[in-house]
Amino acid sequence: MTFEELFLLPTYSMAQPEKEKILTRRLNTLTEFHRMNCPEYSKILECFDVPAEPMQDYRMLPFLPVRLFKELSLKSVPDDAVVKTVTSSGTSGQSVSRIFLDRVTSANQQRAMVRIVSDFIGTGRMPMIVIDCPGVVKDRNMFSARGAGILGFSIFGAKRMFALDDKMRLNVDELRDFLSCFHGQRILLFGFTFMVWQHFYRELLRLREQGIVFDLSDGVLIHGGGWKKLAADAVTSDVFKNSLREVCGLEQIHDYYGMAEQTGCIYMECEFGHLHASIFSDVIARRPLDFSECAIGEPGILQVMSSIPESYPGHNLLTEDEGVVLGVDDCPCGRKGKYFKVLGRLKDAEIRGCSDTYAERFKD
Amino acid sequence: MPFDAEVIRFLNIASQQLMGNSAAKAFPDVVTFAFWIRKASVMKLQTRFATQGGSVQVGRGVLFHIAPSNVPVNFAYSLAAGLMTGNANAVRVPSKPFPQVEMIADALNHALDECPGLRPYLLLMRYQRDRAVNDWFSAAADVRVVWGGDQTIAELRRSPLPPRSSEITFADRYSLAVVDSDAYLAMEDKTRVAEDFYNDTFLTDQNACTSPRVIAWVGSSIPQAKTLFWAEAHRLVKKKYNFQPIQGVNKLVSGCLAAVNLPGAHAEHGEDNLIFRVSVPPDTEKLMEYRDNSGYFFECDCSDITELRSLCDNKRCQTIAYIGDRNMFAPLLESGIMGIDRIVPLGRTMDFDLIWDGYALPAVLTRTIAVI
Repeated sequence: MTFEELFLLPTYSMAQPEKEKILTRRLNTLTEFHRMNCPEYSKILECFDVPAEPMQDYRMLPFLPVRLFKELSLKSVPDDAVVKTVTSSGTSGQSVSRIFLDRVTSANQQRAMVRIVSDFIGTGRMPMIVIDCPGVVKDRNMFSARGAGILGFSIFGAKRMFALDDKMRLNVDELRDFLSCFHGQRILLFGFTFMVWQHFYRELLRLREQGIVFDLSDGVLIHGGGWKKLAADAVTSDVFKNSLREVCGLEQIHDYYGMAEQTGCIYMECEFGHLHASIFSDVIARRPLDFSECAIGEPGILQVMSSIPESYPGHNLLTEDEGVVLGVDDCPCGRKGKYFKVLGRLKDAEIRGCSDTYAERFKD
Repeated sequence: MPFDAEVIRFLNIASQQLMGNSAAKAFPDVVTFAFWIRKASVMKLQTRFATQGGSVQVGRGVLFHIAPSNVPVNFAYSLAAGLMTGNANAVRVPSKPFPQVEMIADALNHALDECPGLRPYLLLMRYQRDRAVNDWFSAAADVRVVWGGDQTIAELRRSPLPPRSSEITFADRYSLAVVDSDAYLAMEDKTRVAEDFYNDTFLTDQNACTSPRVIAWVGSSIPQAKTLFWAEAHRLVKKKYNFQPIQGVNKLVSGCLAAVNLPGAHAEHGEDNLIFRVSVPPDTEKLMEYRDNSGYFFECDCSDITELRSLCDNKRCQTIAYIGDRNMFAPLLESGIMGIDRIVPLGRTMDFDLIWDGYALPAVLTRTIAVI
């Protein structure tokens, strides 16, 4: 099955049983494709006795731990077909993921994302404020996940400005001009959760004390990325939304969940605070002890599946995030399929024993 | 002097103190240490290491011990070995606040009240990584005793020792287990074997240098023995081990890396993530670069013990835990190998002895005065 076939289907209106049949076909196709084209992937499937026949159910298909992209260069296309390499450091520091994109995979990432996001904000382009600095999108061949996210979302922007300078200071005057120029229009704001909080919200709060207030009640904010740093300051999703509403009137705020290893297939948060899987992807929560599937409402390790990746074997990944599937086909927002919540990153293991004591100490 | 009567008395008082401490009973490592320093045990060591001939042995002087930061009682063994061999000891204890450290320190303090003459012979200290402190104690040391990892050793090597001083280093090591399938099947108490295996591996998250990372099988009944052995082990691990969710993911990552990098690697399907097994040919190169902990085992079937040569012909290879006849290792040892310092029955890899990591401590921590 091809991605084109999937692309003809409605993004959020197919009921789960039917969606699973279709995704199973697509993921079977991708598993076989990567087995034929990525030597490392093929070795892994062989080592784990994964049969060559297609699986009846996508739950049975093999998944790779996402950290493997930090340890290995995995690709299923010749080197000269690679048009972009996306890197992501994640949170664990030193090593970075390297994701190799060819023309097809890169284009499909963009197409899927447009479909997904437009279901939430409409199809028209809007003036766009990027809550980040222009520096992160400078090098077009080596993309950081942050830069890739910004460029990906820029497709929704008619006129774009960066709200921060390269020292992460708010461009107050520029922002004021931009807002007055597009007064009365809907404005798209995009940024990473931590940046939005640290360099935008906090700055707006400070400016308000000086009597400088911005009105963003016509804005829609899309933000993604980890909550780890915010959670440490007890900033929950509710606090985040309420604080922004309070400081600048921003009403429509959507978090999203996604990762550099599956760019394009993001999981957008609906008006009821639920993350939704689109027709292009799905999630399964798995029990840490044996990787069996969790019941609805039972927290587990999130597995994410994407119908997009052809240039690298990242279509079926076990994340290091903990989450919980909240329901299927019955979110009050009306979108079909699974909806879920991310609870945070799995804790590092505390290991006893006399080896590696020095390294352990530096991890803390 | 080695095995001084006052030292033996001192250690015995500390032992009694620990044995009588009801809180200590919850810590098998503390109990084991207490048992090791009781009078009868120390006297046995004294007999074993008694010198013959006319020469006289005396302690080298001042020992500077650096204990590993994530093994609670190792410092105590290092200290006891230093005292038994007639030395004064400055010991850096783990920076983590282990309850075991407090218990042992309390017992030692109590024993010092009874044996005040030994006060100048021991000092326990805790300090953050600090070059100046390392420099100071190194300059005063006759022997520096550094328990690994390699990085800690490298760090300490930056602090010079006086010309006549020496150093003992316990670096990062790996260990393996060899199971004679026929001997295992003939053993009656399989539960006991599983306990022994658990204590050698999971008790320290399989991350001690003595923890077997590879299980090598010999004999004529390998498939049957494996099935039984792992079923017993799994039952016990399921009951006792505190499994952390990320450990399953970590082992899957390691399994995938082994699949990619080690020719012939095959993941053995288990019922859950507690025990993760990857079978490999016994002569797999660079096998130990792909090791992991928390219940991650390489496994190999051997038709001949010398097939383990490449694994053992490495200075990093420390302990073989065995089930079967210890004489089976003779061809391996006689083949001339760089590794293997100890061969012990399964379940005893953690038993401390005055011969450790290839060092006979009574020899290296003393000075021999030749009297002709």
